[in-house]
Amino acid sequence: MSTLEIIGLRAGITGKEIVRGIDLSVSSGEVHAIMGPNGAGKSTLSGVLMGKPGYEVLAGSATLDGVDLLALPAWQRAQAGLHLVMQYPTEVPGVRVHDVLAEALAAGGRDTGGLDDRIRAEAARIGFDERFLDRALNVDLSGGEKKRNETLQLAVLEPKIAILDELDSGLDIDALRACARRVEDLSNERAMGVLVITHYSRLLAELRPDHVHILVKGRIVASGGPELADELEEVGYAAYTAGDEVEPPAARSALDDLFAL
Amino acid sequence: MPTTSPELLDQLASVSLPTADEEIWRYSRIGELDLTRYVPGSVVTTVDGPDDLVVAALDTAGLDERLTDAADVFAELNDAFMAPLTIRVPRHRVVEAPIVVTHVVAGGLDASGAAGVVFPRLVVEAGEASSVTVVERFVSGTPGPALVVPVLQVQAAQAARVEYLAADELGTDVWKIGHQRALGDRDSTTLLASVALGAAYGRVRTEARLVGQGGTTRQVAIYFAADEQMHDFRTIQDHDAPHTSSDLLFKGAVQDTARSVYTGLIRIREHARGTAAFQTNRTLTLSEGAWAESVPNLDIRTNDVSCSHASTVGPIDDDQRFYLESRGVPPEVAERLVVLGFFDEVIEQLPAGAVAAELRRAVADKLHVEAVAR
Repeated sequence: MSTLEIIGLRAGITGKEIVRGIDLSVSSGEVHAIMGPNGAGKSTLSGVLMGKPGYEVLAGSATLDGVDLLALPAWQRAQAGLHLVMQYPTEVPGVRVHDVLAEALAAGGRDTGGLDDRIRAEAARIGFDERFLDRALNVDLSGGEKKRNETLQLAVLEPKIAILDELDSGLDIDALRACARRVEDLSNERAMGVLVITHYSRLLAELRPDHVHILVKGRIVASGGPELADELEEVGYAAYTAGDEVEPPAARSALDDLFAL
Repeated sequence: MPTTSPELLDQLASVSLPTADEEIWRYSRIGELDLTRYVPGSVVTTVDGPDDLVVAALDTAGLDERLTDAADVFAELNDAFMAPLTIRVPRHRVVEAPIVVTHVVAGGLDASGAAGVVFPRLVVEAGEASSVTVVERFVSGTPGPALVVPVLQVQAAQAARVEYLAADELGTDVWKIGHQRALGDRDSTTLLASVALGAAYGRVRTEARLVGQGGTTRQVAIYFAADEQMHDFRTIQDHDAPHTSSDLLFKGAVQDTARSVYTGLIRIREHARGTAAFQTNRTLTLSEGAWAESVPNLDIRTNDVSCSHASTVGPIDDDQRFYLESRGVPPEVAERLVVLGFFDEVIEQLPAGAVAAELRRAVADKLHVEAVAR
């Protein structure tokens, strides 16, 4: 049993606080969804947890089975069992998916025997064309192919906890379904804990969450079961942002507008 | 192939070197060169290729004078004191296996503290519709300083195909000042490739000139300088006939306090209408103390052309690094993957594909972890 424990996490970028106090616990086999409008801090949360450069942690903690994630460089967070499926997977010219998976497994002292077969089996399972396996990572791949590639890596690396950052952006319904099912299987069969970060409930029709949290302006304003996502679908985010404090106009900047609703 | 020592010593003492004030030597280390500190050196050249095509002599009878007039003082010295080798491929002859020429240069100082200077000359004359691949390797036989001043002359006749690779694996206290010229006739194809890992200061000036309609030339290079090394490339894509095309891709890396300079010119002459010319130079700076410069130039004298150039100098992309690290790849391994991946685009284009694995290993061996501690 593994647990990602986030307590009082506050973080931001260049002096602006974006994640403003988050408490969340994700355990093996659970699927949590964090839903929020643009600018709620969803991507900041995933970036901060994985250790993406450029973010600043202001307060709080994030641990995985007691290991202080925030004190570790990104690669050691991954080796501790955390994995981030990126919203916009980066193109890495000249580096094939086999290379990165072999190195990642080797660095963790894990078995790389039969890796090629595993990669091919995973590709077949999610409908990722084998031709793409010899291409450089994410280079000349469509949105759907990129997310299949991300899901393939997730399945081979078998993390304890996976964060899916907007898995549903930029891909067609077939790819969405294939990726969502694979994640659900990993959750059921391998007891992988999942934190799904999404704007729309579209993904949640394929990947049913046990818990839904609504993130507004860097804070979780409501938590509940899967019914919360359905409710949100009907009433929209406005219902959760209506009572929010309004900042005085003088304090607003172009940057604030960018992050505002 | 000994040179006539007294004459050479006189020449070395009297020659007037250019200075970095001249555009063609800008950014170079020419100011540090003192030819009086050199004496005739030793180079042993071996050839792996068909005996009937290779002679250890200079044979320029069939060469165009646009190829043979000396371009600068170093080419003049080479003219006077060269150790020559000529590869002549008769018309319609297709040479399947690469011809490999290896120059083993002796390094070190003599009793008076002088190092040796050598002048290898390679002529490749490819007859009509012939095809040949030549690999020229420069290696140090014994450690220590030396000066290598090679000249390459390539002539591709109508519809001939010449692929050439220069591999600089010289010791890191050797200086090399090289000059390459290629002349491509109608419908010919030339590839001039370079892999530079060695030398303290390694400079190569390459002029690829297309003098026949439908000619194509490509130049590719990999360079990787570490510690105090400096690599310096000067290229010219010279379009001297209509409907010709040229492409250039130079990719390099500098680490520690190493430096690199790339200066490239695309010249399209008045009558070279319907021409396409492309030039790309990218250099990774892997350490704070490393320095690289990229200077593209265009000299276009006709309107009917398709032309582009691109150049970048900078560190490894943070997003690429983070992407690999987020999968659990340690930083030094992520850096190795990114750098090797960066070079792969060029390695794939090198002639004599068999060298690829060896090259990747040589690049990987040269990379070190300190470079990522940022």
